[in-house]
Formats: sequence, structure tokens, C-alpha cells
Amino acid sequence: MGSGQDFDDSAALLGQVNQALENATPLRIQGSNSKAFLGRSVAGEVLDTRSHRGIVSYDPTELVITARCGTPLAELSEVLDASQQMLPCEPPAFGENATVGGMIACGLSGPRRPWSGSVRDFILGTRVITGQGKHLRFGGEVMKNVAGYDLSRLMAGSYGALGVVTEVSLKVLPKPRQTLSISLEMDAARALLRLAEWGQQPLPISAACHDGQRLHLRLEGGEGSVAAAHDRLGGERLDSAYWQDLNEHRLSFFDEDLPLWRLSLPHDTPRLPLPGVQLIDWGGAQRWLKSHAEASFIRSVVEKVGGHATCYTPGRTDSPFQPLPDALMRYHRALKQQLDPRGIFNPGRLYAEL
Amino acid sequence: MNILYDERVDGALPDVDKNALLRALQTRLPDLEILHQRETLKPYECDGLSAYRTTPMLVVLPRHIDEVRGVLRLCHERKVPVVARGAGTGLSGGALPLEKGVLLVMARFNNILHIDPAARTARVQPGVRNLAISQAAAPFGLYYAPDPSSQIACSIGGNVAENAGGVHCLKYGLTVHNLLKVDILTVDGEHLTLGSQALDSPGFDLLALFTGSEGMLGVITEVTVKLLPKPQTAKVLLAAFDSVEKAGRAVGDIIAAGIIPGGLEMMDNLAIRAAEDFIHAGYPVDAEAILLCELDGVEADVHDDCDRVRQVLKQAGATEVRQARDEAERVRFWAGRKNAFPAVGRLSPDYYCMDGTIPRRELPGVLRAIAALSTEYGLRVANVFHAGDGNMHPLILFDANQPGELDRAEALGGKILELCVEVGGSITGEHGVGREKINQMCAQFNSDELTVFHAVKAAFDPSGLLNPGKNIPTLHRCAEFGAMHVHMGQLPFPDLERF
Repeated sequence: MGSGQDFDDSAALLGQVNQALENATPLRIQGSNSKAFLGRSVAGEVLDTRSHRGIVSYDPTELVITARCGTPLAELSEVLDASQQMLPCEPPAFGENATVGGMIACGLSGPRRPWSGSVRDFILGTRVITGQGKHLRFGGEVMKNVAGYDLSRLMAGSYGALGVVTEVSLKVLPKPRQTLSISLEMDAARALLRLAEWGQQPLPISAACHDGQRLHLRLEGGEGSVAAAHDRLGGERLDSAYWQDLNEHRLSFFDEDLPLWRLSLPHDTPRLPLPGVQLIDWGGAQRWLKSHAEASFIRSVVEKVGGHATCYTPGRTDSPFQPLPDALMRYHRALKQQLDPRGIFNPGRLYAEL
Repeated sequence: MNILYDERVDGALPDVDKNALLRALQTRLPDLEILHQRETLKPYECDGLSAYRTTPMLVVLPRHIDEVRGVLRLCHERKVPVVARGAGTGLSGGALPLEKGVLLVMARFNNILHIDPAARTARVQPGVRNLAISQAAAPFGLYYAPDPSSQIACSIGGNVAENAGGVHCLKYGLTVHNLLKVDILTVDGEHLTLGSQALDSPGFDLLALFTGSEGMLGVITEVTVKLLPKPQTAKVLLAAFDSVEKAGRAVGDIIAAGIIPGGLEMMDNLAIRAAEDFIHAGYPVDAEAILLCELDGVEADVHDDCDRVRQVLKQAGATEVRQARDEAERVRFWAGRKNAFPAVGRLSPDYYCMDGTIPRRELPGVLRAIAALSTEYGLRVANVFHAGDGNMHPLILFDANQPGELDRAEALGGKILELCVEVGGSITGEHGVGREKINQMCAQFNSDELTVFHAVKAAFDPSGLLNPGKNIPTLHRCAEFGAMHVHMGQLPFPDLERF
């Protein structure tokens, strides 16, 4: 296992953090910078995690893999592939050299997310360099562990604001025996209704996207259930590469020269009346919007239905992530203050106040 | 070291004038039911960990969230510790009261607020029983997946506070994987919504942080859970083995075959015989170990998987593989397992249930070490094991009326948990730390890690009034606990195979 570039560089990372703590220098934590377009920009000294790389342990029968933060996501997938296993949440890479650390920090998941769970759901344990300048371990390599607060899952999607994740243990699963993708002609309103109805039945759907004209479905499971679902739903065969293209924003929808927004909504929300074009993913729970509409307008529409909106186009708004209610922001600041009292970890990346 | 709250090592608690507090509560919240007399407080002196009891100063039983807010505000103003409690079925003493604290009973909030079949969600009050959610969702063909053994009695608020598990975790996850949104009141009565009706929410994942936080960061007032469509069918295979090692290896073989069973449970001979005597499930009483493997899903897949698993089990050396012929037999097979704790309880006046987790590959070595400890301490241990996810429940049999036996059981239990940590596991998989495992936390985490936990607590409850003494030990306690153990840089179990 592993490549010639495997290296435990945690001592150097810890040294740099301690230096930054001493000088009160903000750090901009980065791997390959594949997701630098997300969030606010950070002014700080670069802490490059890529030298700390390699798969630390992987035992397919334990369903657990442990990797250092600088390990390329592609390497992780390759190793899992060889044992017919996968990271079910399908994190998008947004770049050839995306790292495991970036996957955790951004917490983004792919098309299977509503059925399998998110990146956060597969985290079992982490090692973290803290705002006290210590390299610590939270969680572990076991499926069930409720000792202490769940600091590991808290790291997912925290955009490096609470510490440097140096290592992560993830639950993995066997790949399904059978996969089949189909596409059905129907409009968006009808697709959302059908998805809500099918969601109440034990159908082996593992991805569902509507592009404006057609509903694309992925069926995964045993041979019997996939064949039965295909018989029942009909439709045309779809190349399974579609899901990869959707996940990596390579579909032509994403080429449109308009700001890109991610809307996270209750999955059965009807199509929202927003200017621009929309693509429905996650069976309705994630919608991509290409629109010139103002951030405040988009957010007011989305908030009314219980969702939130993230801007994926840099520079469009000062707060790419949906602003938090005051009380919640107060507790976010308190947590940041406690875990990063000197404010050195990616200050301002998530919100100006953090 | 005693686990009851000890101000010397767990931190001083504010002195409260009980009568003044009672009068203030009665004045400010005239409709609030308050228990304050010794005989009415008695039923609340323990939770499911009944060996440890403390009489609370006052018990309050609010019926409206406004009353919960009122209690929290008043207690915050007067610096009174508050311990929240749901159904009181927890096994780690997470709801063990304090003599100087108010016990806040949330059990009366037992309304299911909304079942939304299209959204596949249930919005419920915290006192709703786990099983009641699935029952309410059943007419829509839906259910709530996490199923702790206490599911007929335990409440969802407690499930969230403990991140409860059950027998189907490997495939369907823990409580944390099945939540969308939790509403809480902070220590000073401020309302926060964590998570959302969507699959994620902006900012830090406080929903994950609060799940399993044992009432230390806030009080849960409402929970929105995900519902799943009921699997079309479920089949159970029962396999007998002449050694626990072979049974343990068979578990890995099933996973290696690419199959994730809905449930995968293991019992050793003592547990098998106890369950069989009690339930007459049809277990082979001569087997050294049995595996129960449940496969659920769509009919055709389950049929194929049953064939595959049967093959794997035979190749792994099973002496017998039986498939439940019908639903009645399937339920009987499970009844034996689900009643294993009370069944073992019939063998002995008392038993003490442990909850450690280990990487599955360590199972044979850990079971051998437990057997050796059992001999050393002169107490029988029955083993029940969520084999799929590495969560062990060794049951230590003892008689509290025999002088010294409870202490020996506790000491043996502590050793087992430290053994779990040694092999890379955890002191608790699903029951929580509570007070029960407060000392073993010192074995699992170093002082820097505990300091981070205290920092998290300080962000939400700087005055330390919510459930003081639970979940995270003080460094003082760990220093004293550590002094009782001599590590000298040596592993405590040098004979244990590590591979």
C-alpha cells in the first residue's frame, strides 16, 4: 500500500503552528487549493498540508481507512477500488490533486449523499493540531464511539477554522454488486413528486438529478433489486460517467456565464421561483442555481422553505455562506474563541466574525 | 475510586438554599409541578445504572417549553446545577442527580408533532419514546432506524443526548446519522436550532457536536428525525461455532464478501444458555458461540445474500447454519438476543453491563483476556457482542449482597474498558460515559485532549451548571485515578496478541 511519497510531516506542521501561535500570525491552511474558490479569502501565511501524506492503515474487513491530510483523494479512491470498496459519500474533488484534508475541511458530498450520508457521517476519528499548539487524537478507528464530545465530526465542513486536521479515519463500504443508470423524460415538477413518492418505497435509488428536461437516476444494489427497479421504472440507459460529471461540475449547465449558487433544501420543496436556470440534485435536496439575482433575494426565498444558499462564485457576495442568526453566531464565536483563542486558523474563511 | 459526585476532585458546587429556590420557582412558575419531599424524590434518585443513587434537591416536571426556559433562567441566575433526564433508562448514569442540583424531567414532552411522509421526517418532542416514532410512521411504510434495546421505554431526547445505537448500526448508523434538526435551550434559556430540515446547514456542525454530549451543552426541546422506508423483507441466519475465534473470523469473512448485514450479533456460551433458558429461542446450547445475521432489503437481493452468507459461514467452520423458517421464528431468534441482559440477570442477583468497542480483528485476543480477568477476579462474565460494529457488551455477574463483590465487579469492568482502549477501541460504544466511565475517560484521553473537551463545554456553559461531573473528568480526578495505576511505559496487557 502507499506510494513512495508517504511521509509523516506532522512535526513540521506542528512546528509551524506553534510558530504562528507565538507570533500571532494567521495561517491559511491549504492542500492543493482545489476548493479555494469556496468561502471568503484568507490573508495569512500558507500552511501547506501536502507534505503530510500517505495511507496509515487500511483493513478492508474492518471497513476503516486512515489517511494523512495531504494524501490525494485520487490515491485514497484507488486504494479502496483495489478492494472493491468505496467512500460512499462521493466527495467531489474539483481538481486533480484534491486532498483528504480538503475533503474534510469543506465537507462536500456527491450524488449518493441523501441515501448514504455525508462526509461527516463517515468520519470515525481525527488527529488535529489545536489552537493550544498540541497534536491530539479524537474519535478512533471503531464504528461506535461515544466517549467525549464528537470533535471529529465537528471538523467536517469547518473550513479549517477550528484546527488543522492532520489525519482522518473513515468508514468505508463495499461497492454495490450492480449499478445501472437510467434517464426518464419528465418535467421538474413531476420529477419532484415522483421522487417524494419513490422515497417512501424500498427502491435501490442512489442518485437522482433533474436537468430541466430529464430525470436521471442511478440504481445500485444486488442484481435482483436493480433489475426489478429497472423493469418497473423503464427509461433509457444512461452512461454512469454522468454522475462523475455532475459531481465535478463538468455538465454544460455549469458552463453558463452566471454566478453559481448551491441551494440546500428539504428535498420535497417544489421548484423555486428564482430567476436563472436550476438543476436538481440529491433527489431534490440540493439544487444548483445559475442566476444574477441578488444574494439577499435568493436567501430570502430559500430561507422561507427551510433551506440555505451558498455562493460558489468568488467575489459575488461578502458572505458566500448563509449568514447565521445572531444567537447561533454568538455560540460559533464562543467555540472559535475557545478552540482557536489566538485566531490563527483560517480567520474569516467561513464568516468574517470567525 | 467512587463514581458519585465528589466535590474534592470533581469541583465545588454552589451551595443553594433549597427552600428559597423552591419558593422562587413556585412564585415565578406557579403551574410548574415540583417535587421536593423526600418520598417523592426517591423514584428519581437513579437512572438505568441503579447501583448508584443520589437524591436530587428538587425535581421539576415541566409541561411547557416556557417552563423549561423559566427553570433554566432561574437556575442560571441563582447558580444552581441542572441535570436533564428523559425516560431514565440510560445505563451510564448520565441522568444521575446531584444533591445540590435540580433534576429537570423532560418525560412529559411526549407528543409526536408531525409525521411528514413525503419529506420522510418526524418532528417530535424530546420525551417521545423511540419505538413510538416507528409506530407512528408505520402506516406510511416508514420507520426510525436506530433501535437501542430499551426502545420501548427510552425517549428520543435521551437518544440524542447519548447518541444511542442498537443492533442495526453497521448498516443504518447511530442516532447522529438519523437526525436532521434539534432544538435546544442553552444554559440561560436561549433557544437555538441546530441542523435544519435540509440535509445540512451553514456554519459549524453543532448538530454533530451536541449529539452524544450528555446534557452538558444544552437541553433538548425538539427533535426532527429522518424516516426510512421499511425493508421489504428481513431474513435471519443463525450459525453455531465450536470456538469464539471462528465466529469472530466469520464476521470478517461476511464483510469481505461485500455484504453489510442489517444486524450481526454474537453471543458466547454463557449468554446462549441464559437466553435459551429464559426465552426458548431454539439456540444450540452446546455451541461456544453463535452468530445471528440478519439480511434485509429487497426480496431478490436478500435471497441471494442469504445463500452467500450461508456459504461463507460454512467455510468459516460453522457447525450448524439455520435460517429462520418464518417471521415467528425470526422474531424468536431476535427475542433471545434482545433479552440477553435480563436472561443473564436470572443467573445472578446482579449484573454489570459493559459497553466497550474494539476493532473486530482484536476480538479473539480480547475475549481471551476477558476470560483471564474473569478467573482472576472470581466473577463470571457473559459476552454479548454487536459483532458487525465491534461493540462488546460483557456482562459481569455478581452479588451486591456479598461484601466486596460490587467493588470487584467495578474493578473488573474498569480493566475490560482499559483493555478496549489498549487495542485501539473505546470505553463506550453507545451507552455513554455519564458517571459510570468517568475514570476510564482518563485512560482514553490525555490531559491535553480533556482540556479541549473542557474548552468546548466552556463555549456553551461557561458557568458549568449543566450536568456537572458527567462525560468529561476533571484533570484533578484523572491525576488521582492515574496515581492508582502504574504504567511505567508498559502496556497493561503484555500477553495480549496484537495483530
